[in-house]
Amino acid sequence: MSESRPRIRWHIVVFLAPAVLVYTAVMILPLFDTLRLALYDEVEGERVFVGLANFRILFGDPLWSDAFWNALANNFWFFLIHMAVQNPIGIALAAILSHPRLRFAALYRSAIFIPTILSFVIVGFAWKLILSPIWGIAPGMLDAIGLRSLFAPWLGREETALTTLALISVWQFVGIPMMLIYAALLSIPEEILEAGECDGVTGLSAFWKIKLPLILPAIGIISILTFVGNFNAFDLIYAAQGALAGPDFSTDILGTLLYRTFFGFQLQLGDPHMGSAVASAMFAVILIGVCIYLFGIQTRIRRYQL
Amino acid sequence: MPAARQSPLNSFAAHAALIAYTLIALFPVFVIVINSFKSRQAIFREPLALPDAESFSLIGYQTVMKQGDFALYFQNSLIVTLASLFFILLFGAMAAFALSEYRFRGNLLMGLYLALGIMIPIRIGTVAILQMMVATGLVNTLWALILVYTAQGLPLAVFILSEFMRQVSDDLKNAGRIDGLSEYRIFFRLVVPLVRPALATVAVFNMIPIWNDLWFPLILAPAEEVKTLTLGSQVFIGQFVTDWNAVLSALSLAILPVLVLYVIFSRQLIRGLTSGAVK
Repeated sequence: MSESRPRIRWHIVVFLAPAVLVYTAVMILPLFDTLRLALYDEVEGERVFVGLANFRILFGDPLWSDAFWNALANNFWFFLIHMAVQNPIGIALAAILSHPRLRFAALYRSAIFIPTILSFVIVGFAWKLILSPIWGIAPGMLDAIGLRSLFAPWLGREETALTTLALISVWQFVGIPMMLIYAALLSIPEEILEAGECDGVTGLSAFWKIKLPLILPAIGIISILTFVGNFNAFDLIYAAQGALAGPDFSTDILGTLLYRTFFGFQLQLGDPHMGSAVASAMFAVILIGVCIYLFGIQTRIRRYQL
Repeated sequence: MPAARQSPLNSFAAHAALIAYTLIALFPVFVIVINSFKSRQAIFREPLALPDAESFSLIGYQTVMKQGDFALYFQNSLIVTLASLFFILLFGAMAAFALSEYRFRGNLLMGLYLALGIMIPIRIGTVAILQMMVATGLVNTLWALILVYTAQGLPLAVFILSEFMRQVSDDLKNAGRIDGLSEYRIFFRLVVPLVRPALATVAVFNMIPIWNDLWFPLILAPAEEVKTLTLGSQVFIGQFVTDWNAVLSALSLAILPVLVLYVIFSRQLIRGLTSGAVK
């Protein structure tokens, strides 16, 4: 090898190769292959290129599009509940926990995080039992505070099932925004808060005027994590309501729709090509969300150098 | 509330709010576990009572032990989780070292390429992953799961570890080079021991999602001999839905290992989450 051309430094190749190979082979290639498969269909046992026909069926043919738009709308509702309930509760808990002289803070933090480490299967079934009218824990407890009449089989009713599941999911994941916001609050220097105190900004107004603007970037990260997590969710609905996402598909989201389309259930046969089309739609939704975050939100949030 | 700086009344309100939420967080777990130790009548008669001498019963656990192969499921979950963590840490650290240590053409591009997977969930590619696993004969083996979880964990691992590796002093590595250590020895002997805390953080982040995953076991490895604990308990509960003792006991048995892991690693996990490793 001539002097002018740099030698290949083999150790770099050796260090990079395993990660790049596994990542490319198991994640990136299947991802693109799935997008490609969405453009094909099986006709008489042979795979033929059909262009965007699968998407036309998915978005336009009532047989499919009803299920798809229903799942997409449900998924947005699922996400909205998380944004409206999970993140404010998480922020409030973090704000309380970050108080410098609070006793037992570590204990509270660990206990509140416990639901987050449990699997969806446990969470789904546990809540299903607790809310079950047969067992009667939920009606019994409402009875104790005189609100018995409020009880309904929430998971069994079309109007309430999805919201109930979203709230169960909120219960499970509140720990994550709590921890991330808690970290962001702890990183605010004491001098800034003291300066605020000298100017008479204390208590709640210190939170709104000083702390909240400083933790906005962390709230942005939590929002995008929630978005990706929600549009990729499947396990909780499957564990609590089954692949049919009952009652009458009222809790169907993109993840459960993908599962049914790809694998089939009961009488319907699985279809890898339509499954790929659903997966591609999920990919598009997630990509749009991530782009809105990266280019629309993240660049506009003012960051303060602390 | 947030800045209850002096007033004892505010601090009382803070504790009240935290205790209330802690109760909400722990109540379902508590109800499941206490009722798993009760007889069928007691479960329905007094669901909120602790098991006493009269209502105590292990019938649910006996059914679980007889019917489900929970020891095997547990072993499968353990193998999958540990093997995936091993590969994520080894391959992730190696790639992170290459990216943070050497300047070469395409370094930035390679970093971005590996970072793509942080935001894009691997589940999107499931259709093609299944086809690939069928074609290579890996379907219904634990290897299928290990490969998928390794690929899923690598992007964040490379990202976090390369941040940490940039902080390892150059003088130390150069001193090693002058002493004639090969690049491999510098990595394994000097750098890896110094980033151990970061490795632990990455391990803890990945451990819980891998252990709890239902999607890939359901699709890639549903056979009885390779079922993970999460899938095994899901199937078992589905079959025994009317046997409340068995369901409650199975749930408690599924909660137990995660809870033990959490008690062991919670400090590491919370330190990782709060140290700003995910930014």
